[in-house]
Amino acid sequence: MGPLITQGIISPEWNPMIAFIVGLGFGFALEQAGFSSSRKLIGIFYGYDMIVVRVFLTAVLTASVGLLFFNYLGWIDYDLVFVNPTFLWSAIIGGAFVGLGIIMSGFCPGTSFSALSIGKIDALAFIIGIGIGVFFYAETFELLFEKLYYAQNLGGIRIYETFGISPGLFMFLFILFGLGIFWFTIFIKKKYSNRNLKY
Amino acid sequence: MNNTREVKKYMNPYLAGFILGLSLLAALYFTGRGLGASGAVKSTVTTVVNSIAPEHAQNSHFYSKYIEGGKNPMSAWLVFEILGVIFGGLISGAISGRLKFKIEHSPKISAKTRIIVAVIGGFFVGIGASLGRGCASGAAMSGMAVLSTAGFISFIAIFGTAFLFAYFFRKLWI
Repeated sequence: MGPLITQGIISPEWNPMIAFIVGLGFGFALEQAGFSSSRKLIGIFYGYDMIVVRVFLTAVLTASVGLLFFNYLGWIDYDLVFVNPTFLWSAIIGGAFVGLGIIMSGFCPGTSFSALSIGKIDALAFIIGIGIGVFFYAETFELLFEKLYYAQNLGGIRIYETFGISPGLFMFLFILFGLGIFWFTIFIKKKYSNRNLKY
Repeated sequence: MNNTREVKKYMNPYLAGFILGLSLLAALYFTGRGLGASGAVKSTVTTVVNSIAPEHAQNSHFYSKYIEGGKNPMSAWLVFEILGVIFGGLISGAISGRLKFKIEHSPKISAKTRIIVAVIGGFFVGIGASLGRGCASGAAMSGMAVLSTAGFISFIAIFGTAFLFAYFFRKLWI
């Protein structure tokens, strides 16, 4: 029963190998989808290309529905899967910084490695920028960020607990939401298709 | 039109998303943890600082988390995953004939502007991903896959802010 390494069914020595193989699938899918192009990725914010929403939501729905089924079939212990803890303020403000960086650069860290792999020099510039940003954050951590980083710790809570509904009901609503968004992207793209940018 | 032929070379987004979701599910099934990207940069910065100024790194509340007890930050799961991402992208680019050194930018801005803005954008992402415990893949996508509240908050914060600022940076793109 999974998670295989957490349960000791596969030795942790396999970690690097599994990480590499999982990364292969991740990188292949990102590049095939077109995330290696910043101008294609940024299209979502100006209405001329919808891949970000379509790929992102499909991936999230696939993994989250798959995980619930794995749990239902007894293939994975849901409670052993890492739930990233909710620190309210750092998640909001950190997310805002990431959003600002994305609209300026057309990359998020994952897609920049995908773009780098096919030779985009602007992706390398972006990754160097991340390095400088992390260095700045680290050097000013105690001074500027430490309090904010640990503020409002709500623990490893799940979204259906926050809403006070069952996992199944939440998943049902989430799928409906996803389908609604997919339909909406068709509508938006039609509206802005006259922009027809070359990229 | 040339344009549509170019775009068609990419995979159907729902199929690509499905493959991405399966990779994420595989990561969760094997290790109980999702995917990420910004962590690899964090490990690299920590390794560089630790080798140049080990004492400074030990005393820092930030770096010390990653090097406690002689841990090697570069052996982190994310670093191998990113090597995989780069290799996977290379395979995909080779298959689809997209391997080419270039600076991609809107015809309305120069390559130099593009590079400068990309570095500044990276700078903000570096701060944000450190503060927000991950980026769009680590915090938002992986977080939402395990239905963590944090994942949904990150998702709204990241995309909401990008939409909010889209108007101000439109000259860079359209």
